[in-house]
Amino acid sequence: MKARWSLLLVVGLVSVLLALPAAALAQATGEVEIFSWWAGDEGPALEAIIAEFEKRNPGVRINNATVTGGAGVNAKAVLKTRMLGGDPPGTFQVHAGQELIGTWVIARRMEDLSFLFEEQGWYDVFPAGLISLLSTEDGVWSVPVNIHRSNVLWYVPENLERWGVSVPRTWDEFLAIAPTLQAKGVIPLSLGENWTATHLWENVALAVLGPEKWQQLWTGELPFTAPEAVAVWDLFGQILQYTNADAASLSWQQATDMVVNGEAAFNVMGDWAAGYMSTTLGLEPGKGFGWAPSPGTEGIFMMLSDSFGLPVGSPNREGVLEWLRWIGSREAQDIFNPLKGSISPRLDSDLSKYGPYAQSAARDWKTNTIVGSLAHGVVANELFMNDFATAMEIFLATRNSQAAANAAQAIAIQSGIGR
Amino acid sequence: MKSRQDRLIAIAMIAPSLVLLAVFVYGFIGQTLFVSMSDWGRGAALAVNPELSFVGLDNFRELFTGFLDVRFRQDLVNMLAFSVLFVGGCLVVGLLLATLLEQGVRGEGFFRTVFLFPMSLSFIVTGTIWRWMLQPRGGVNVLPTLVGLPRIEFAWLTSRDQVWQWNWQDVPVILGVLAALACVVMAGRWWLAGGRKRAVAAGALAAAALAWTFTAATEIEVLPFPEYHGFNLALAGVVVAAVWQMSGYTMALFLAGLRGIPDELREAARVDGCSWWQLYRYVELPLLKPIIWSAVIILGHIALKSFDLVFVMAGPDNAATSVPAVSMYLTAFRGNQFAKGAAIAVVLLALVSVLIVPYLVSTFRSRGAE
Repeated sequence: MKARWSLLLVVGLVSVLLALPAAALAQATGEVEIFSWWAGDEGPALEAIIAEFEKRNPGVRINNATVTGGAGVNAKAVLKTRMLGGDPPGTFQVHAGQELIGTWVIARRMEDLSFLFEEQGWYDVFPAGLISLLSTEDGVWSVPVNIHRSNVLWYVPENLERWGVSVPRTWDEFLAIAPTLQAKGVIPLSLGENWTATHLWENVALAVLGPEKWQQLWTGELPFTAPEAVAVWDLFGQILQYTNADAASLSWQQATDMVVNGEAAFNVMGDWAAGYMSTTLGLEPGKGFGWAPSPGTEGIFMMLSDSFGLPVGSPNREGVLEWLRWIGSREAQDIFNPLKGSISPRLDSDLSKYGPYAQSAARDWKTNTIVGSLAHGVVANELFMNDFATAMEIFLATRNSQAAANAAQAIAIQSGIGR
Repeated sequence: MKSRQDRLIAIAMIAPSLVLLAVFVYGFIGQTLFVSMSDWGRGAALAVNPELSFVGLDNFRELFTGFLDVRFRQDLVNMLAFSVLFVGGCLVVGLLLATLLEQGVRGEGFFRTVFLFPMSLSFIVTGTIWRWMLQPRGGVNVLPTLVGLPRIEFAWLTSRDQVWQWNWQDVPVILGVLAALACVVMAGRWWLAGGRKRAVAAGALAAAALAWTFTAATEIEVLPFPEYHGFNLALAGVVVAAVWQMSGYTMALFLAGLRGIPDELREAARVDGCSWWQLYRYVELPLLKPIIWSAVIILGHIALKSFDLVFVMAGPDNAATSVPAVSMYLTAFRGNQFAKGAAIAVVLLALVSVLIVPYLVSTFRSRGAE
């Protein structure tokens, strides 16, 4: 008799325990930690969707964990020590592409999210090219929240008129008008600290190589030492002659300021510059500042995308999944992106909520050839990106295209590009 | 019986900190050494159980002779230049301030606090302030315009100008000559002290080092191509900020030292007819020697390990001012090359030991003598 009672007790306990997660499924609860480097200027967009999420899911509290520091260098370091130490955050910000795949997916640190993509119908609303950047053969690994464009040339229309120059459509045209601008005491192209040099390099490379060969660089089909790849450095060197001497001590915002103040004619920067000029500086898009695809890249959209994934061992998996469902939705993305100055990767986003620049970018996003950015972690893994700074340094110190190309090729081999 | 119990209690008291030190200092030094001789960083570096295999000294060989590690070598040169200028600057400024305060100025306490205050800031704060002041378009550079002079055009932290360039291929020769010089100096000192045998031995060593330098060393191929390194003028900005922060500390050390010199000595010197300069040069400075040495040791290891100041002032990718600690951080935590990062850490540890170990040995010896 006694044995039967205890058996009943055990069965009862087990069924209660089994029922608990089922109850949790219905309503996510607890705390969800979101790890990102979105603070300062970039903070409000994230805070806005967090607020809305907490309103809809009263049981869940969001812990907005940010680590500040240029382009996430410190956040990524903290994240890596946490992951190595077995303390993954609930979910974390990661650039779509190799920064996600080459660091986290190959290390088997992420959970496959293809079930979520099925469930939410995301395979139909996100462009296939973007999904392929988030996927390997074994699954889809993160949810994209925004799209930024890297290949944009910024200027002030009024100033160009005053100086009597038009927007260059190719780098040859730029090199032709640059001496005229210099003669007027204007810096033809403003440039900032080192990573902005890499950013300029990827724009020049895209113009020289075109989208197909650009992709071939990253599949290993086109070596960095091929004549056309060496030519990228040659042209890059010619362009650098027309940039400001104090570039390395300026932030990208200060380089943008030079264009706005009329000290410089053009600046090549990602479209976060549009957010900076329209929101922070209060300029009217199209009038206070103008934009065009960077020279020689018309019809090409060089993209980067921030995304959030689900790390293996993430605390509060259900809560994180609920968060991922939310940030992938049209509603969340149309709250987030207008504030962030980016566009939604969803093909069905409501463009009326966006400013004039974003509307034009969204049009291009749907029609242009899409390629990935180097400077922002899409096409090459972190090992390559870290060492590419050395190749850039070799070029800046020696102005020797062949030496820089050799270094880049050695780095490509070392970091396993095309393997 | 009593003493044995005392000893047990003593051991019990020390044991926890010994265990903690053994694990968290020496254990981790050991682990870093192991990682530096592995290939952690190829492939999936961040896996739960990354595949490591033993590669011996490959990482070190790459750092010193690899085509792609040119940045590490320039970092080493930067670090040595920074250390020399920073320590030298702090000693000179600190000594100057201490000597001035020692003259019995009014409000000495106030000035002492003012000069010592920068030390209470963290290098992060100092670095941020000085980065603003050294902006090429503002701060220090526009000061002359206040009195109608033209603006200074020097790019404090980002200048690419390099002076005193030398070829990395010459490293074996340079090291050989330095070793020979050190032997000659030792020989000279022993000769003067009367240790003839030792002096002759040191002289023979110097000759051997020189012979090696001009025969075998010239044959060593460090790099297949010339690679020039030198002193980057951009470091000047970092040196200024670092000296500003730490010279108050050396001032305090020197001031304490000067106060510690008994007045009888000074009076005796004056009675013997010493001038102010002679008193300073032949009485006070020699008595400050031990303080100079401890200042060099303390500042020296701060300089060798410097990271925060450089990182804040010049950012992660400014090769002109970079130091090994910065590339260690980036190599390991941005590039995921944990083995190479550990190798840089081991090189740094070795350099700091070169500074610290002789100091420890000499303190132990002098204690033993007492």
